[in-house]
Amino acid sequence: MHNAPAISLLQLSHHYGERQALDRVSFDVPTGKIFGLLGPNGGGKTTLFRVLATLLPVQSGTVRLLSLDLATRPAAVRSRIGVTFQSPSLDRKLTVTENLKIQGHLYGLRGSDLGRQVTSLLSRLGLTDRADDRVESLSGGLARRVEIAKGLLHAPRVLLLDEPSTGLDPGARLDLWRCLTQLCDEAGVTVLVTTHLMEEGQRCDALAILDHGHLVALGTPADLQHSIGGDCLSIAALDPDSLACDIAARFDLPARVVGGQIRIETQRGHEFIGRLVETFGPRITSVSLGRPTLEDVFVQRTGHRFWNEPQTGV
Amino acid sequence: MTAVPLTHADPRDNIRRPFWLPIYALALRELVRFFRQRSRVIGAVGQPLLFWILFGAGLRGSFAPPSWAPRDMTYQQYFFPGVAVLIVLFTAIFSTISIIEDRREGFLQGVLAAPISRLAIVLGKLCGGTVLAVLQAGLFLALAPLMGLSLSPLTTLAVAGFLILLSFTLTALGFLIAWPLDSTQGFHAIMSIVLMPMWLLSGAFFPADGTGWLSWVIRVNPLTYGVAGLRRLLYSGQPLPAAAGLPSFGVCLTVTIVFCAVCVGVAVWQAERRSSRDAR
Repeated sequence: MHNAPAISLLQLSHHYGERQALDRVSFDVPTGKIFGLLGPNGGGKTTLFRVLATLLPVQSGTVRLLSLDLATRPAAVRSRIGVTFQSPSLDRKLTVTENLKIQGHLYGLRGSDLGRQVTSLLSRLGLTDRADDRVESLSGGLARRVEIAKGLLHAPRVLLLDEPSTGLDPGARLDLWRCLTQLCDEAGVTVLVTTHLMEEGQRCDALAILDHGHLVALGTPADLQHSIGGDCLSIAALDPDSLACDIAARFDLPARVVGGQIRIETQRGHEFIGRLVETFGPRITSVSLGRPTLEDVFVQRTGHRFWNEPQTGV
Repeated sequence: MTAVPLTHADPRDNIRRPFWLPIYALALRELVRFFRQRSRVIGAVGQPLLFWILFGAGLRGSFAPPSWAPRDMTYQQYFFPGVAVLIVLFTAIFSTISIIEDRREGFLQGVLAAPISRLAIVLGKLCGGTVLAVLQAGLFLALAPLMGLSLSPLTTLAVAGFLILLSFTLTALGFLIAWPLDSTQGFHAIMSIVLMPMWLLSGAFFPADGTGWLSWVIRVNPLTYGVAGLRRLLYSGQPLPAAAGLPSFGVCLTVTIVFCAVCVGVAVWQAERRSSRDAR
């Protein structure tokens, strides 16, 4: 059994000059699962991804990838991980097969071993009939599949993907996730994927949520959502700040103003709405009730919206 | 805890990755890309050829052969080795400018994340560029008989060897210029203010006779020795005398080897440094 975590971070920090991009981040990525790094742009997930991909040095803290220390054995780590970057790393002037063969050579594969591996990956990813086409003639979805094939060519134990669904239409995005799930389930590959999309975070087995370089939440999507008690209410009002104070005082529960709306987490939200409207009816423009989403988790942990929208009072 | 290392033991640790394999792969990529972009063939050979024909015809009347040259040397004959070096220079520029594109488009980050040494990345690029430069300059030098030059098989071999050295050097020069840049415009700027003047002041375009400051610039320009070395080899059937504007072949070879070592050294040193620029 694979009990050891595939990736283990301990107090990892990284800065670009003055700017702190990661601040003492620690977590484990379990082996054989799809693990999501969720966070808004600038949250630190891409920096973390680049450290894991060995493109950035470990400045402080410890990172162990497949039990190898990333700081001292980057070369050994490189041969075991597959990396799919956000910007395409394919040579558009070359064919699909040529791209894969070059990649194979970079990882020490050649001859019939390489040929077999290329053929099997192409068929697994449904690319066989485009094998001799130049990459520039492929659609975004197909090119992304070639990227993944490239990352998988040397049969890595860990596959790192940075925002893999960038530029994909919904169909291609679904297809990509089917492919990732299959990799985990059938080949036991550990998949780490960065995303800024909540619905993608939802598909992961486990998640780390990053904001401003800090780890703000860690767990399975379901656990994270359950960590918020009951229901989430969003209330639009003409004067949200004063109404939030009044609600908090009247019902004795935390009411926060986030992105111009009042948010309340409470048990039995449908009953609470009745009391709320009876008490403050005229001051409320609208109320919506929902099950907690990952965005609610983010809001609860950080006190601000996932997207940098105008904050209160603007 | 003791089980941890075993859990991730990997048979790939025992695989031998030949050092030449990534070099071969990256060099081959250069060649394939080159032949798929016709415009590059035209750019690297066409322009020097045009220069040679037009300047050769235009400057025919005003050209006075330098002191070391046969009295009947035409400008086209004088210009001939210089054009070959220009072809090498252009090819080196075109193949190393792609480093900037590779970085911008993303191909390079995939290479940087692979388990290969940075030296292999540099050598892959240099070998690819060198093959292209030697092929194109060699094709041009096949016109030598038209210039009244007859090359013995041994001389041809020596010319090929010197061309390889020169191409490797200039590709390394292009590499060390392109690696830190993030726009092709920047490279074009350096090309116009450094690389082209370097070629113009190498004795390729006009002789370095006389004493003025210009002759000093030509003398300290390392490319002068590349052009002169090639010129001496091409004329080895009818040896040219030792003269002020034309260093001996030994000197040419030594300077070019040192120049090559410096360029390759700096290129590798630059590529070895891991910086946040690698992660784009």
